[in-house]
Amino acid sequence: MIITNIETIPGKAIVEHYGIVQGSTVRAKHIGRDFMAGLKNLVGGELKGYTELLSEAREEALRRMTEQARQMGANAVVNVRFATSSVAQGAAELFAYGTAVRVE
Amino acid sequence: MSDFLLQNINLILPIFLLILGYTAGSIAERRHYRSIERREQEFLALPAVTLRDVESSEEVSGQLVIGNVVISIDYFKRALAILRNIFGGRVASYESLVDRARREAILRMKEEAAKAGAHIVVNMRIETSSIGQSANRKKQIGSVEAIAYGTALIKQV
Repeated sequence: MIITNIETIPGKAIVEHYGIVQGSTVRAKHIGRDFMAGLKNLVGGELKGYTELLSEAREEALRRMTEQARQMGANAVVNVRFATSSVAQGAAELFAYGTAVRVE
Repeated sequence: MSDFLLQNINLILPIFLLILGYTAGSIAERRHYRSIERREQEFLALPAVTLRDVESSEEVSGQLVIGNVVISIDYFKRALAILRNIFGGRVASYESLVDRARREAILRMKEEAAKAGAHIVVNMRIETSSIGQSANRKKQIGSVEAIAYGTALIKQV
């Protein structure tokens, strides 16, 4: 599965469009991480726990998106976009969407 | 002496935290900026552009690359920003925070692209997101989250 965020797949030609595919996941931070982040909040600097949380969630959203594309019979997803929203206190939704295509 | 400390703990603790936040925060920020500048020099040969497509005569393949980072504000800067809320105007302490987060996210994206053997990253987009809620609310963890993503172009051999 090839994923890009431009309209084409470089070096390949799109032969069929399958429409939009999407994947999302909602993640909450847990108390342990929150506590450490609270301490880190005093001195500033990178919150590694949150960085990991975000990238895991993003991978999960991408995985669900590609799974959907695979079911449609696509072998690539183009023009992928990411979006985030906070749906509840302390929880974040990560959302990835794109256009499923078949390339040759 | 210890009695005095205990009686005035409400006053002394915030002052201690302010000093701690100021020293640790500015040391961390300076160190981070040095590391950002050094790595930006290293990646000069691998540009990231916001153009959709770059004309190329060679055979290339593309791949999505992502970089993200969450950076927290320190106690001192948050206090400054809360004061700023009264008078309005530039919140310089937050500007550097967001700047650091974005540049770090781009660098991480470039690292991933370099690992894949790319020579350029096209259609780069930057987004700032939120799991830590607003950076300014009390009892909330003030943080800025940046994500950079783009398509890495890799020359086929």
